[in-house]
Amino acid sequence: MSDVLILNGRVVDPASGIDEARDLLLRDGKIAALDKPGSLKNIEAAETIDASGLVVAPGLVDVHVHLREPGQTYKETIATGTAAAAAGGFTTVVAMPNTMPVNDSVAGLEWMLSPQRGAVVKLFAMPAATMGSMGATLTDFAALHKAGALGFTDDGKPILEDAIMREALIAAARLGVPISQHAEDTHLTGGCSMNAGPVAFRLGLRGMTIEAESRIVERDIRLLREIEKSEHLRPHLHVQHISTGRALEAIREAKRQGLHVTCEAAPHHFTLTDEAIGDYDTNAKMNPPLRAEADRQAVLAGLADGTVDCIATDHAPHAAHEKEQEFERAPNGITGLETALGLALRVLHRAQGLSLSKILSLMSTSPAAIVSLADRGSLAVGSIADVVVFDPAAQWNFAAKDSRSKSKNTPFDGASMLGRVHATVSEGRIVFRQ
Amino acid sequence: MTQESQRPKKFSYAAGSLLSVADLSVEDVSAILSVASQLERRPTAERARLLAGRRIALLFYESSTRTRTSFELAAKSLGATTTLVSDKSSSIEKGESLKDTGLTLRALGAECIILRHPSSGAPFVLARETGVPVLNAGDGMHEHPSQALLDVRTMLMRLPGRDASTATAKSLDGVTVVITGDILHSRVARSNALLLPRLGAKVLLCGPEPLLPEVALHLGAGVEIVRDFDAALRRAQVVMMLRIQKERLAGLELDLANYIERYQLNGERLAARAPDALVMHPGPMIRGLEISGDVADGPNSAIELQVSNGLSVRSALLLRALYTGGFESVTV
Ligand SMILES: [Zn+2]
Repeated sequence: MSDVLILNGRVVDPASGIDEARDLLLRDGKIAALDKPGSLKNIEAAETIDASGLVVAPGLVDVHVHLREPGQTYKETIATGTAAAAAGGFTTVVAMPNTMPVNDSVAGLEWMLSPQRGAVVKLFAMPAATMGSMGATLTDFAALHKAGALGFTDDGKPILEDAIMREALIAAARLGVPISQHAEDTHLTGGCSMNAGPVAFRLGLRGMTIEAESRIVERDIRLLREIEKSEHLRPHLHVQHISTGRALEAIREAKRQGLHVTCEAAPHHFTLTDEAIGDYDTNAKMNPPLRAEADRQAVLAGLADGTVDCIATDHAPHAAHEKEQEFERAPNGITGLETALGLALRVLHRAQGLSLSKILSLMSTSPAAIVSLADRGSLAVGSIADVVVFDPAAQWNFAAKDSRSKSKNTPFDGASMLGRVHATVSEGRIVFRQ
Repeated sequence: MTQESQRPKKFSYAAGSLLSVADLSVEDVSAILSVASQLERRPTAERARLLAGRRIALLFYESSTRTRTSFELAAKSLGATTTLVSDKSSSIEKGESLKDTGLTLRALGAECIILRHPSSGAPFVLARETGVPVLNAGDGMHEHPSQALLDVRTMLMRLPGRDASTATAKSLDGVTVVITGDILHSRVARSNALLLPRLGAKVLLCGPEPLLPEVALHLGAGVEIVRDFDAALRRAQVVMMLRIQKERLAGLELDLANYIERYQLNGERLAARAPDALVMHPGPMIRGLEISGDVADGPNSAIELQVSNGLSVRSALLLRALYTGGFESVTV
């Protein structure tokens, strides 16, 4: 494979604590050298990226995306979704299993991960925890793990039965992978299409309470504790798209007690509140819903103090005709791969004062660690050559029509972004260039 | 704290649309009332020329006698042609989307669509997807703007010393309106609670917690929650009773006997607490439940006047949506 040189950039690698000018050599899909500026200039490389004034960081990792293939390729395909990922600076994405059919078999997983799907960046998957994500019978964890599963989840369909969740946590713990849970007590959210509160009342929409999220998180944490005691295993619970202060408090306490809990937060939850729904804008409809300002602040605090381990987009493309419906009828979800970095820098870096290194850790090093990708999320020599080069000071407005995703369902059309991806390198190949 | 939250997306809607009372300025309300009054004074034949040849579609996803008939008669009195598409008719039954149904009506020449829909916010979808003026004739638990406007007109006609042909921020100064019943599920309550305070009224919402959650207080300034109906009545110049919407109660436990005991407006209660109050009800009424028959038919009742005001206010709204000469120029 041909060499790529990335020269004159400010290298920010949270994994090794580096934040200084370095030149980078990528060879055979690996990081081959990370040296003082000027020391690599005599190498003949097929491609050279001049990163003057730009940040060079480990490629971003998203542990929660919906690529809709197989089954709903009118919304997205693996090829288009990963192209959007590359444009957003992501080099690794983890596909959720709620495809059609549900990704609950080795054959399905292998089909999804096959090179024939045309993934532009590295694609991994978390298959379903239960057959058909019906919450009744566990899938074949061992076989799926052998075929590449990074963890198991019934995302969108929370595992409600205590016994099944317990069984899933135990089986996953034996394999050393997480159970990733969409925390929603659906007994409490029937007919609900947004967050409960003053906005829902005014709009005449039924609202999901914060308890619907925190109850499941609290239940899952209780199961972790019980399993640690009785089974002498250390199960890993990963809580998806955390959106409420109450659930965060439960996770904070569980971490204090040494339980293996991690969680992710989505850019829309730290950027927007339920006021963004305005005139029933279905592009502000997702699950968990946009919350009140107090919960947004709680997510920001969790990101700052480490309670939130990583940022994940929950990229959820839908066709225009599906969103052009009555609010209660429109599907949940928004696209997110191309706006994540710009929002993280705007909201977390500029407004909240989090360091670039901290934000890059939340978006690369830490999510890679959650799914045990030891050779990703770092620029250390020998790591896989996944790199993002971006201008941290660029201010621009996102235009949904320019998105690489097949779908344009985003509340951030026209929104201001801070930081623009200049180039994305996946396993030593330049897969996106501004 | 820094507020990075972006503003909600601004959509544009055809002029003359009425989706929420929040879209109306006090001047808009005044113009609507003024035109309603002028229309009532016009000879029938002259009125029937105002929208002659214009096409109005009534799109009703929920059954409704009062509102549908009222809009239909209003349109016909102005000379417009109306077509009714209801939940019993084919395209809706076949599961066509609201957008496509709207586009079909537009293609067939509908210049204005009156929409009743069980889903909150549906009129917003229809208005932005078709670009046609849309009048919200009740959407889910959200709003019923024409009802609030006819309620205002009724209050101004019946309360002493008020002028029903105009509105200002002081039109209802000193007036306390008690709205009692199933506030949670009521679009009439929301529209009134949003509109009346802007005309100077105080709104007291009254009902048990399951039907009136505390969060209702956030509807805006000028809104108060009073759980004790008798206490609220003592302050009332107007009392508006709402039906218990059994079909929307899903899961809520309500002891009807206890509800009647605490919240029914009956002759005895009215005479004791608010003998001069104006009694209103948006209908349909359930006599013997939220209101007793003697009160509904009694001298305080403005219920029939509400119905007839529906006709004139809705005529004004149709003119506002369609009158090519400009709404302001409808003068007598
Ligand atoms: Zn998801």
